[in-house]
Amino acid sequence: MAQSEELRNLSLSGHVGFDSLPDQLVNKSTSQGFCFNILCVGETGIGKSTLMDTLFNTKFESDPATHNEPGVRLKARSYELQESNVRLKLTIVDTVGFGDQINKDDSYKPIVEYIDAQFEAYLQEELKIKRSLFNYHDTRIHACLYFIAPTGHSLKSLDLVTMKKLDSKVNIIPIIAKADTIAKNELHKFKSKIMSELVSNGVQIYQFPTDEETVAEINATMSVHLPFAVVGSTEEVKIGNKMAKARQYPWGVVQVENESHCDFVKLREMLIRVNMEDLREQTHARHYELYRRCKLEEMGFKDTDPDSKPFSLQETYEAKRNEFLGELQKKEEEMRQMFVMRVKEKEAELKEAEKELHEKFDLLKRTHQEEKKKVEDKKKELEEEVNNFQKKKAAAQLLQSQAQQSGAQQTKKDKDKKNASFT
Amino acid sequence: MSELVPEPRPKPAVPMKPVSINSNLLGYVGIDTIIEQMRKKTMKTGFDFNIMVVGQSGLGKSTLVNTLFKSQVSRKAASWNREEKIPKTVEIKAIGHVIEEGGVKMKLTVIDTPGFGDQINNENCWEPIEKYINEQYEKFLKEEVNIARKKRIPDTRVHCCLYFISPTGHSLRPLDLEFMKHLSKVVNIIPVIAKADTMTLEEKSEFKQRVRKELEVNGIEFYPQKEFDEDLEDKTENDKIRQESMPFAVVGSDKEYQVNGKRVLGRKTPWGIIEVENLNHCEFALLRDFVIRTHLQDLKEVTHNIHYETYRAKRLNDNGGLPPVSVDTEESHDSNP
Repeated sequence: MAQSEELRNLSLSGHVGFDSLPDQLVNKSTSQGFCFNILCVGETGIGKSTLMDTLFNTKFESDPATHNEPGVRLKARSYELQESNVRLKLTIVDTVGFGDQINKDDSYKPIVEYIDAQFEAYLQEELKIKRSLFNYHDTRIHACLYFIAPTGHSLKSLDLVTMKKLDSKVNIIPIIAKADTIAKNELHKFKSKIMSELVSNGVQIYQFPTDEETVAEINATMSVHLPFAVVGSTEEVKIGNKMAKARQYPWGVVQVENESHCDFVKLREMLIRVNMEDLREQTHARHYELYRRCKLEEMGFKDTDPDSKPFSLQETYEAKRNEFLGELQKKEEEMRQMFVMRVKEKEAELKEAEKELHEKFDLLKRTHQEEKKKVEDKKKELEEEVNNFQKKKAAAQLLQSQAQQSGAQQTKKDKDKKNASFT
Repeated sequence: MSELVPEPRPKPAVPMKPVSINSNLLGYVGIDTIIEQMRKKTMKTGFDFNIMVVGQSGLGKSTLVNTLFKSQVSRKAASWNREEKIPKTVEIKAIGHVIEEGGVKMKLTVIDTPGFGDQINNENCWEPIEKYINEQYEKFLKEEVNIARKKRIPDTRVHCCLYFISPTGHSLRPLDLEFMKHLSKVVNIIPVIAKADTMTLEEKSEFKQRVRKELEVNGIEFYPQKEFDEDLEDKTENDKIRQESMPFAVVGSDKEYQVNGKRVLGRKTPWGIIEVENLNHCEFALLRDFVIRTHLQDLKEVTHNIHYETYRAKRLNDNGGLPPVSVDTEESHDSNP
């Protein structure tokens, strides 16, 4: 069977050629293209869209949002950028309506939900039986630019709350927006205040990596200037004999790419030119893993049972499956029982109704009989009366006819008498 | 709540001007520096590569591996100890090495299979090998499924399997066909004609043609597999390799001789010196370039994206297949073929 490996260091006696391996790897990725997703969190009108346009040197079309949004919602837009042979699928997610409501208690919730939803989508793909991770379009947020309003004092409580909720889910890079409204001396104080507030509130912002020699130095020097005070502009102004991105004021011109005017160049350096890959890696290796771990634990999965023996994959699945089936069965039983009970109830009701009907029927019948008898009695009476009447009528007629006869004789006698008297 | 409007509108940035990082020229954003960033990161983490050699004993497997990696990777060849008994069943021996070149560190593991095809009755002698390969997939799967995962899961999966064909000059042996039929589905197989110095040029090309035909007739997909060619460029490149060069007829040697004033690796015979890296003599250089200089990363990717995924899907299906989330029961039905 397989023997355990002993690792030995070997020296090569000639050129083998696997030093082209990084190139092979990079070529593969280049042909597939890279994904990079940025989330911009900040109040309406703080300059998020302008900054994105300035950073990536293009005009991403978007209409400015109004201040009347009822709640915070996230708007995601994807673009494909290309530079030399590198294709970048850039997705910019905007928080529309952030900071506009009167009650901002729930402002952070849509943001957290969106980030979690992207992790969830990736997790679902990873858990599928038939999956295709290698050409999965990664929508997880790699960097979150948090725009701090240039008040010059300190962070707003909304900022602290939101950043605290986001720091374990995404790489946060705080920046001071519209930095041309702050004077140089105030800026330094403002920056230190912000950093100390972040530290004292335990907010974990993104740390530029210092473990690799080539980038350690530049990252270390740049970290000192956090949060970067940026100015964004897509308009160009003639400076000397060149056109440069700048903002023109009556009192002077603020040049975006001038390091003594603002930290835009530093931001671009850090975000894109030095640490883009590290941001992607941190998102996958740290934030996503944390989400995955929490989600799986929440669903009841464990790596080891109480006795610290590792659960086997099969056992866990079987257990979950049995649990699920058991629940189904229980529900089925419950439903069946309820059905039986209902049927019984209905049956009893119907029986009751039947009995009532019978009683009514009997009652009606009796009443009917009585009525009938009454009618018959009355009929008899009536008949008797009729008989009596007939008898009386017959008797009366007889009398009348007798009386008439005798009357007729009388009248004749009378008449004769009369006639006799006349003569 | 959130509207995802994926509109891949290709918006080419201003064409790149080759500038250094500190320049202030307008227009250049710096997206292409990601290549450099990626390269630096991968160099720091180093690479794993696991190669398996399969073939009857005496075909020159250990020598070839030593020649490929220009070092005494396999000690067996060095101490040609015939007193070592041929094992009764196929054994799997994996030995790991760390080699470094040009700042790139590689953890190379060579997996030897002594005893393959050496018995009188060789039925099912590929089974221990298939079992070993699947075990490595299983190990990786277990790590991947853990709740708390390691940052970099140690990769012991076999990326490449060199199968040594005996240079009979006629055709493939039944054992060869059986082995390759079974294993081409779980691992990348690269068939190699061993000890190619026993054949003349015509014999060599005829033999290669016959072998290719036989492999095709038997439906054996060796690496690079046709179905995984991603684009036209890959396809034409790989077609050329598949139809002309493969299987590579190689000669291995770890001894150096002087030829025309240069030190070359070769085999000394009464009738001349066979130069290993001379393309007129044998195709070792082609094999080396193919495996190491151009397709090393691709071998790893095909192993990870295809063979491993196939294993994982099968494994999860056999288990009643329900993924952890009960909501997923609908989903898994959808994603299953």
